Amino acid sequence: MNRILFFFVLKVDQLKFLDWHALSFDVDSGHCLGLMGRSGSGKTLLLRAIADLDVNEGKVSLNGQFRDDMSGREWRKKVGLLASESKWWHELVGQHFNSSALNLLSDLGFSDESVLSWKVSRLSSGEKQRLALARLLSRSPGALLLDEPTANLDSDSVSLVENVIRRYSEERSVPVIWVAHDELQLNRVSDIKMSMNEKKLDQYI
Amino acid sequence: MIIGDIVSLPTERISLACVLIMILALTTWRADLRLARPLLIASLRLIIQLSLVGLILEYVFEINNFLLVTLIALVMLLVAGREVSVRQKYRVSGRWGYGIGTCSMFVSSFAVSIFGLAAIIRAENWWDPRYSIPVLGMLLGNTMTAVALSLDRFTTYVWEGREIIEAKLMLGHSPQEALKMILRDSLRAGLMPVINSMAIAGIVSLPGMMTGQILAGNSPVDAVRYQIVIWLLIAAGCGFGSMLVVQMASKRVFDERERLRTDRIYKV
Repeated sequence: MNRILFFFVLKVDQLKFLDWHALSFDVDSGHCLGLMGRSGSGKTLLLRAIADLDVNEGKVSLNGQFRDDMSGREWRKKVGLLASESKWWHELVGQHFNSSALNLLSDLGFSDESVLSWKVSRLSSGEKQRLALARLLSRSPGALLLDEPTANLDSDSVSLVENVIRRYSEERSVPVIWVAHDELQLNRVSDIKMSMNEKKLDQYI
Repeated sequence: MIIGDIVSLPTERISLACVLIMILALTTWRADLRLARPLLIASLRLIIQLSLVGLILEYVFEINNFLLVTLIALVMLLVAGREVSVRQKYRVSGRWGYGIGTCSMFVSSFAVSIFGLAAIIRAENWWDPRYSIPVLGMLLGNTMTAVALSLDRFTTYVWEGREIIEAKLMLGHSPQEALKMILRDSLRAGLMPVINSMAIAGIVSLPGMMTGQILAGNSPVDAVRYQIVIWLLIAAGCGFGSMLVVQMASKRVFDERERLRTDRIYKV
């Protein structure tokens, strides 16, 4: 049992980007790594490097499958990166979804599917953030890289989002890296905390 | 003075046209529009460049040598390729920036010209400079604009839309999917001017080549047949050239890991 659990993991080995120290850490399946650090300390860059959006070196694997053995596109389908600011390119919300997200939408506080026919230009920043999460989860990624997923939300929505992410991670044994400024939130959602400091990662207790 | 059917233009009558430009320059200068200088320089360049070309072409037609024609064609091509990359607001970095323009000009003008000369016009020598140089010149002039416009739109849209492109990549889109709308819009931008000109040809404006042939005493019906061929070649050249330039540029803005590399585009 332990060995199987060990296998389902996001493994980051000697990851190097810009002029940083090489970073190595694991996130076990169903676990959440909380990541803190001052603004500009590079938390977003770390998530982008793991998702292979910026030039970087190092071995990263998910469930034993190495990033370098697949195309960038296949890798990014597996590790779902939620950017701190969501982007929308079609006119209507529903055009951004390619599969049913009905349960997700109601869990995230949207009463029914009519939100899919809303115009993107009329969404509030909080609605955009929750819908971006639904859009990401509806594609069933095998790991979650979340960049301040609750930054624009009121406290009710914060707990909705926390619950949705926790349930997703537990039900599907998905490792999560959660970037946040709110230490209390990381105490609630994460199993380990780390902080970004001087171009390296420190364990944080 | 009349030679054959055509009225030859003596220098003093050409200078009458220059007088018009002088008056325009003077007017803009007095209105402080800051146009007089570029206007005069451009007019001067036009006169000098075209006079030189006239002399060179006279010589080339006389010698009628394949290598010489090839050499001139290559020079024209390289200048056009450079022009394409210079006209960009955001340039693709490195040797690629120049290569992309030249390569697509080669396809859009060179290849299409050869096809037109050898398969359609079929002069005794298909490369006869009397046909090949004007045809290549017209194709280069027109397709250069289309290719430069498509590339400019493409790099601008990629730069301005980089966050949306990356958002699509994050959701597992391939580079082709992430660029689809940008590709479509930049090709449209390059091709619409040609499509519009073809649609109004003969009604609003008489195309230059046809006008030239008519002035030279050819029958309008013959002139029109040439003009139709040339326009169709131009449209084909613009289309293939724009598609190629945008295709090559989109290869360049992604790397082997399918990352968007905006560091390979720089603003001039």
